Amino acid sequence: MSAASPFERREESVRRLLEERSVPLPPDLHTRAVRRGERLLRRRRTARTLLWLALLAAVLAFSLWACSARPWVERPSDTTPPVTGL
Amino acid sequence: MRAGSRGRPPGQAARRAREFEAFVAGAAPRLLHTATLFTAEPPEANPGARRLAVHALAHTYAAWERLSGEDPYAYARGCLALRYARTTWYPRRLRKAPAGGALALLEPRERLIVVLRMFEGVAEEQCAALLGLPRERVAGLCAHACAVLLHPPRERADPAGAVRP
Repeated sequence: MSAASPFERREESVRRLLEERSVPLPPDLHTRAVRRGERLLRRRRTARTLLWLALLAAVLAFSLWACSARPWVERPSDTTPPVTGL
Repeated sequence: MRAGSRGRPPGQAARRAREFEAFVAGAAPRLLHTATLFTAEPPEANPGARRLAVHALAHTYAAWERLSGEDPYAYARGCLALRYARTTWYPRRLRKAPAGGALALLEPRERLIVVLRMFEGVAEEQCAALLGLPRERVAGLCAHACAVLLHPPRERADPAGAVRP
């Protein structure tokens, strides 16, 4: 195995450059993350509930309208003249 | 009753809280370090990086049950990188890089890629897939960022500077 290539040495020095400073950890990170995560979940649940309710309302409205209007029944014609002279 | 445990057995919520706490204890220091490198803020004054880290951790928390088998750290890192990539669209807030050393010389996208590739050790292909860039573009941006980091900007005028070790 030969020594590290110039490319690898370059990568290694960039890596060292990025790792040299340590970052202090704030103590409230976990609390803030959980609070925001709960809020996210709550919002998603609300949005899902509202969408289902809207879908349900649309289905209900359509069936009520279909029952009363009966669009599949053929309408009595009032434009054609009555058939006579047969 | 907590809102988060509604509709689920209470044992599951407690287990999730415990698991997530352990995950944060292990992953938060590195995640915050990555975020601080993204924003090129000084390590002691990094409000932007903290916001990024909280965002990534909160989304990981919300997705915890869907993550079965997947590495939560990789998920959080993806959230972090994508969030940073989006925030750099807006010129305010995170865009201004206040004297964070050599990293502050780079464009936000170059910094994002060099930190993902070199500090986090993400493969080129995964980087490209995450950011929606061609693989060659990721390699080029990373090489340029490495060259800028290793050589001061005065030497960058030398066209061979990017190739020299």
